[in-house]
Amino acid sequence: MAVEVRLPNILRPHAGGQATVSADGSTIGEVLKALVAEYPGMAGQLVTQTGEMHKFVNVYVNDDDVRYLDKLDTKVTDGDTVSILPAVAGGGV
Amino acid sequence: MAFYNNILELIGNTPMVDVSVLSPNPRVRIVAKLEGQNPGGSVKDRIALAMIEEAEKDGRLCEGKVLLEPSSGNTGIGMAMVCKVKGYRLRIVMPANVSPERRQLLEVWGVDQIIESPGNEGSNGAVRLARRLAAEDPELVFLYQYANPANPRAHYEGTGPEIWRDCPEVTHFVAGLGTSGTLMGVGHYLKDQNPAIKVWAIEPPSGEMVDGLRNLEDGYIPPIFEAQGGAELLDNKTIVGPRDSIEWTRRLRDVGVFAGISSGAVLAGAARCASRIDEGVIAVVLPDGGWKYLSTGAWTDDIDLVTERAKTTIYF
Repeated sequence: MAVEVRLPNILRPHAGGQATVSADGSTIGEVLKALVAEYPGMAGQLVTQTGEMHKFVNVYVNDDDVRYLDKLDTKVTDGDTVSILPAVAGGGV
Repeated sequence: MAFYNNILELIGNTPMVDVSVLSPNPRVRIVAKLEGQNPGGSVKDRIALAMIEEAEKDGRLCEGKVLLEPSSGNTGIGMAMVCKVKGYRLRIVMPANVSPERRQLLEVWGVDQIIESPGNEGSNGAVRLARRLAAEDPELVFLYQYANPANPRAHYEGTGPEIWRDCPEVTHFVAGLGTSGTLMGVGHYLKDQNPAIKVWAIEPPSGEMVDGLRNLEDGYIPPIFEAQGGAELLDNKTIVGPRDSIEWTRRLRDVGVFAGISSGAVLAGAARCASRIDEGVIAVVLPDGGWKYLSTGAWTDDIDLVTERAKTTIYF
C-alpha cells in the first residue's frame, strides 16, 4: 500500500527538502516506520522509544487526526493522504 | 427586562439559528450559535469577562493593575472592552500577521500597548513572548487564556447550558480548537447531560503556516486541553483548510449569516460530520461575525486569491 505523506517544514530537511514523500504501509504505525527507515533523521521525532506517538506530533489521514481514530493502528489504503503537523497553539479566536 | 445596567450584561445568551439548508445530509440538521452577537463581537467576550471577574474575586486584579495577554485577536478585543468598562489597563501580545481590523479594534478600545510577535511563529510566538514578559514583570496580571480554568468554566456554565436549553435534541457538537476552552467547557457540559453526544474539534492547518517553528519541542498543547482530559473528551478532530473555510463562509453568507472565516471552517467540519452520520442534530459555535475580515476580501474577491492570502494571515 503506498500513501502520500505530507511533511511539515521542520521535518523536510530530513527528506532532502521534499514536502511530500511516498511511503508503504497498511497502518499509520507501518507508514511512520517506513518513513524512518527511508529517512533516518526522523528517528525519535515521530514515535518515541516506548512506541507512543510523539506528544507534539499530530498525524492525519485525509484530514482526520489518528489520535481519535485507532492511533498507530489506524488503517490506510491506497490513495490516502497522510499529513504530519506539529501541535501548535490555536489562534485563540 | 426593559434595559440592561451595563454592556457587560449583554455577554452570552446568544441566539441559535437553523442552517440545515446547508447540510449535505437531509436527515441531519445543523443549528448554529451566533457568537458574533456578543457586544465585543465574539465568543471571547465570555471568557474575557469570566477570567477578569475571577481575578477580581481572588484578589489578583484590583484598581491600577495592568493586564497582559497573548491573543490573535478576539480575546484581546473582548478583554479590551471589559477593561474599558471596568477601568483596567491592558497590553496585548499579537502576531504581526493578523487582519488589520483586529489591531484597529484594539485601538478603538484604547489598549495600553500592542506588542507584536513574529508572524511566522503564529500564536505559539505570541504565547511564548507573553509568558516571558509576564515572568519578567510580576506586577503584570497574566490571566493566560490557554491555561485559565475560568475559560472552559465560562463555557461549562454559559455556552453549554444555553445550547442544551435551546437545542436539547443535539446529537453532535462541533467547534473550533484554539485554546480548547469552548470544546472542553461545552463538550463536558453536554456529555454530562447526555453521554451519547459526540464532540468534534475543527482545526486549521496552522502547522503549515508556522514556518518559524524550529523543532518539535517548540510544539504546544494548551494546558486547559490537558487539564480537562481533551484527548478523552473529543470523539474526532479534523482539519479544515483555508479554501474550504472561505467557501463555507460564503455559503453562510448565502443564507444571511455574516460570520468570520473560522465560522466557515466550523461549518465545513459540520458538513463533513453530517455526511458521515445517518441522522442527527449538529450544534455548532460560530465564533464571530464577518466584520473583522472585510479587508481579506473573503466574500468578494477571487477564491484562489483569497485562499492564498488566508495562508499567510491568521484567521482562526
